[in-house]
Amino acid sequence: MSDINQNIFERYNFDRSRLMDVLWDFQRRDNYISSDNIEDIALCLKLSVNDVKETLSFYHFFLDKPFGKHHIYLSNTVIAKMNGYDEVRQALENETGCRFNGVDKTQAFGLADANCIGLSDQEPAMMVDEVVFTQLTSDKVKNIIEKLKQGKTAEEIANPKRYASNTLDYVHAIVDSNIRTASRVLFKPERNYKQILNTLITTTKPEGVIETLIESNLKGRGGAGFPTGLKWKLGREAQGKDKYIICNADEGEPGTFKDRVLLTESPKDVLLGMIAAAYAIGSNYGIIYLRAEYWYLKAFLQQQIQDFRDNGLLGKQILATAFSFDVRIQMGAGSYVCGDETALIESCEGKRGTPRVKPPYPIQQGYLGMPTSVNNVETLACASRIIEEDSAWYNQLGTPESTGTRLLSISGDCSQMGIYEIEWGTSLNSVLNMAGAVNANYVQISGPAGDSLSVEKESERVFCYSDLSCNGSLMIFDHTRDILNIVSDYAAFFVEESCGICVPCRAGGVELKNKMHRIIDGKATQLDIDEIKQWSKLIKGTSRCGLGTAMPNSILATLDKFSDIYFEKIMVQKGPLLASFNREEAMSAHELAYDNLVHKGEE
Amino acid sequence: MVKIIIDGKEVNAEIGDNVLEAAAKNNVFIPSLCYVKGESVKGENCLGTCRTCSVKVNGNIMAACTIAVCEGMNIEVNEPEVTDMRKALVELLFSEGNHNCPSCEKSGRCELQATGYEVDMMVSRFPYRFTPRQVDHSSKFIWLERDRCIFCQRCVELVRDKATDQKIFSIRGRGTNARIEIDKSLADNMPAEQVRAASDLCPVGCIIDKSQGFDVPIGRRKFEIETIKERALKGSIDD
Repeated sequence: MSDINQNIFERYNFDRSRLMDVLWDFQRRDNYISSDNIEDIALCLKLSVNDVKETLSFYHFFLDKPFGKHHIYLSNTVIAKMNGYDEVRQALENETGCRFNGVDKTQAFGLADANCIGLSDQEPAMMVDEVVFTQLTSDKVKNIIEKLKQGKTAEEIANPKRYASNTLDYVHAIVDSNIRTASRVLFKPERNYKQILNTLITTTKPEGVIETLIESNLKGRGGAGFPTGLKWKLGREAQGKDKYIICNADEGEPGTFKDRVLLTESPKDVLLGMIAAAYAIGSNYGIIYLRAEYWYLKAFLQQQIQDFRDNGLLGKQILATAFSFDVRIQMGAGSYVCGDETALIESCEGKRGTPRVKPPYPIQQGYLGMPTSVNNVETLACASRIIEEDSAWYNQLGTPESTGTRLLSISGDCSQMGIYEIEWGTSLNSVLNMAGAVNANYVQISGPAGDSLSVEKESERVFCYSDLSCNGSLMIFDHTRDILNIVSDYAAFFVEESCGICVPCRAGGVELKNKMHRIIDGKATQLDIDEIKQWSKLIKGTSRCGLGTAMPNSILATLDKFSDIYFEKIMVQKGPLLASFNREEAMSAHELAYDNLVHKGEE
Repeated sequence: MVKIIIDGKEVNAEIGDNVLEAAAKNNVFIPSLCYVKGESVKGENCLGTCRTCSVKVNGNIMAACTIAVCEGMNIEVNEPEVTDMRKALVELLFSEGNHNCPSCEKSGRCELQATGYEVDMMVSRFPYRFTPRQVDHSSKFIWLERDRCIFCQRCVELVRDKATDQKIFSIRGRGTNARIEIDKSLADNMPAEQVRAASDLCPVGCIIDKSQGFDVPIGRRKFEIETIKERALKGSIDD
């Protein structure tokens, strides 16, 4: 082992399960992870070289060869493509002198695409090293690349006032939060966290916290909608030497950015939610799994954790009780499927983000085989408010079955993109009005994995768990947008993000993508439509995790609700196969010929 | 013992058995390509990658190897919809990789080929992709014929170097680009019987023993004498 590597390994105690962090530290130091260093990592973490490469090669942002001094990833979502993606892409190639998926001659820039980077409210957007640039134009790109060439860092360009990276000012200098509604549950200003936690610990037993959560009817906000109180109850009852709380901050569903805003504006709500979960379940250790697209939030979040430690809300003997709990941040490295809780746990353990076979569920056997409660950022923030007020207060909001509020990340064809906190029970129509969507035709909720809505037919539908159980992503498209292209883009997204472990998702996804191309190219027939339906059933029925089961959703839903646009594209044979062929004439000609020949022969 | 229902018939099953094993013990064959009987992987008793053992459990489609039996469980194996799904998954594998049975050393002992026969596959309903795949012949004892790999993960999870307990086969890349890699230095230390075992473990002709080929003449190979179904059902009765 070389001496300069020693520090990195010591930082993580030579622990194999911290491979993600080790890889990041090498990459941040050297700009990529060299094969010599891969060997060193293998040696020091007691792994084989192939083990290291197995993890490394799974993640979009890990590099095993040089990719320039500055790594530039342009977000290629459908929303970006509606807002000048092509122009920005061209500008990037022109200014850097390098093609996408390549490095320029001077080895200064590496260019590549990235799937949604959580900035749909300010596209086109790109990641440069560890910061992001939003609302890009070709002029803006020119300016940024020029400054990089002059030797400025991306951070200096994005943050010209030089705010410290652990401050809210720094985050605000880089991205806007765009909160469009007044606080109801979330984003409550100036909360006294110490007092809230103190009241909780001194007046309520862990079982009481669970009881409150069950009464509040809070459901997981990540999309699956599992009752949070029940999850914590199962966690409390589960047997294990250690128990873990994981905050899932890997929002990768294209179009969603609510967790980015929550972690920016109310990070301590999320931390308090984690502490409450830990107290309820009996856990001493928590992890925030933060997607790599949000590197610019890391120092700020680390500071929030430190503030809580300094105030006795995190660490040993919290508020002078026997309860101990601390939190670390685990950086992801570019993988949508890691939003699946078992894939996320694998990633936390330094492995490929392959979803596990379930059962067992994480609440029984999760991180390092121990009971683990994985909760969404928004769920934890809601929980922190429920323990402050009470379940009755929370039940007043929303509907009896879907209590409380839901954050929506709204993007696309509307005048006010951004974050909206709506009460469950709000109709699609009123949401579109709020956002200033005047000519909406098609709305995609819960991202490509979710549902496709026809505004004409479904504007009265209501956001709630029994109707539109949206996970927070809401993309609006007006009448000028090409739905087939959007859906085809989604199909390609799933192929790129499939982990590849199971057959229907890995191989079936490619078939669906190819079918969409056939339709767009005008080469499809009714048979293709029938096969899409049959094959979708196969993929939905037999895939191992939610990625596969959700993959066909947007195709099936648009096929159902916007069938006209599909049928305009497919080849339909009207009338007989050969329109110019007259059977009777042909037959009589035969008879004539026959007669002539036979009679000629007789003569 | 618990009572379960398989295709409408009430039968007994041992607690702890998964649906695949319980069905076999009751003389009902469920095709599978990644499942290895009696092997435990990371505490799980299955890999759950190929999904060709999909059946309906209480009306929901599930991979039989991933589900433990429980009292009253209603399992549908030979139900038309899910039967066709199993067939479709086998066909999907044939169109995804490059499977040329007549020229393959594994023909007659290939589980994919035998399962293809078992599910009545004639031709894949999916377009053949002719995916270009690199083969790796660099190791001393093993041909790694990736054209035939179905990415079942058996070799990745179950073949270890005896001295270091490290994996000899591993994964690289993800999604459609994912492939199996071989650790050449560890593979070159494999004793002959381990090479043979790895080649036998591979359900297809991806891991081929360089030292031994066509040792059993075609026509007398295991699935040519007995179908994969007969073998599977007999195997579990023998236990």
